[in-house]
Amino acid sequence: MWRWFHKLGSPKWFYAISGRLLPWFSVAAMLLLVIGTVWALLIAPADYQQGNSYRIIYIHVPAAFLAQSGYLLMAIAGAVGLIWKMKLADVVAKSCAPIGASFTLLALITGAVWGKPTWGAWWVWDARLTSMLVLLFLYLGVVALQSAFTDRNQAARASALLALVGLVNIPIIKYSVEWWNTLHQPASLTLTQRPSMPAEMWMPLLIMVVGFYCFFAAVLMMRTRVELLDRERRTGWVKEIIRES
Amino acid sequence: MYFADFSEFIAMGGHGLYVWVAYGTAALVFAFNLVTPVLKRKRFFVEQARQLRREELHASDS
Repeated sequence: MWRWFHKLGSPKWFYAISGRLLPWFSVAAMLLLVIGTVWALLIAPADYQQGNSYRIIYIHVPAAFLAQSGYLLMAIAGAVGLIWKMKLADVVAKSCAPIGASFTLLALITGAVWGKPTWGAWWVWDARLTSMLVLLFLYLGVVALQSAFTDRNQAARASALLALVGLVNIPIIKYSVEWWNTLHQPASLTLTQRPSMPAEMWMPLLIMVVGFYCFFAAVLMMRTRVELLDRERRTGWVKEIIRES
Repeated sequence: MYFADFSEFIAMGGHGLYVWVAYGTAALVFAFNLVTPVLKRKRFFVEQARQLRREELHASDS
């Protein structure tokens, strides 16, 4: 077990294994996203209440899922880096931040663009929207902290602490539609209940969600790999890769 | 196929602007996430290859 843990923390090992996984995730993401988008825009029927504006759900919901999962991963990786001083975990946490921030922004923008025709307002200060805005600021805080220190370990420690403190926001986002009165509709897809939508509507949504996750995995690996190369550029294995390129 | 023709598809039943802005923003976010690591990787290899050549030149000089 410890041997395995040690190996997982090795940049060289991660670089090799992620290099083998990356093409699979990239191809899966591309296929799923193309199929999902065509289905979402061309084939799925319009909503009987919202008309065609509901098609924004196919971007909005996967983006919001990813925003929260990405944050969770960033906090966990940050904690692992804090506790076990694992370099790889620090790099993963750092790589999560800009990706997560961009998808949080996407969830907020698509939400605003969907809110206008549906609620009549781009923005309302309700619990779900506000807690998502807080999530964006937490991500941006981590991005800022990562570049605020010249010492990498200090940057990793400070941003891991912020990420861990900000973790309280995640259950607030999740339960905001139940705890407070809100304009935001409750969850469309849950693990425990059958979807309230017909299959020709939720099937493409599921495809998009999985596609977004595969894309996240792929770009997270890409970012982590470059950052590892940069940090390990004095080591033999990286010099070998440079020589071969 | 839900829409009868192309112009109906673009119009999205009057919600075209909202739908296309949402999907356009998504395309930008995806492009950003793809392009940044690819460019960073390219820059890294260009810089390091130059560095390595310089070091090897030095080594052969002395």
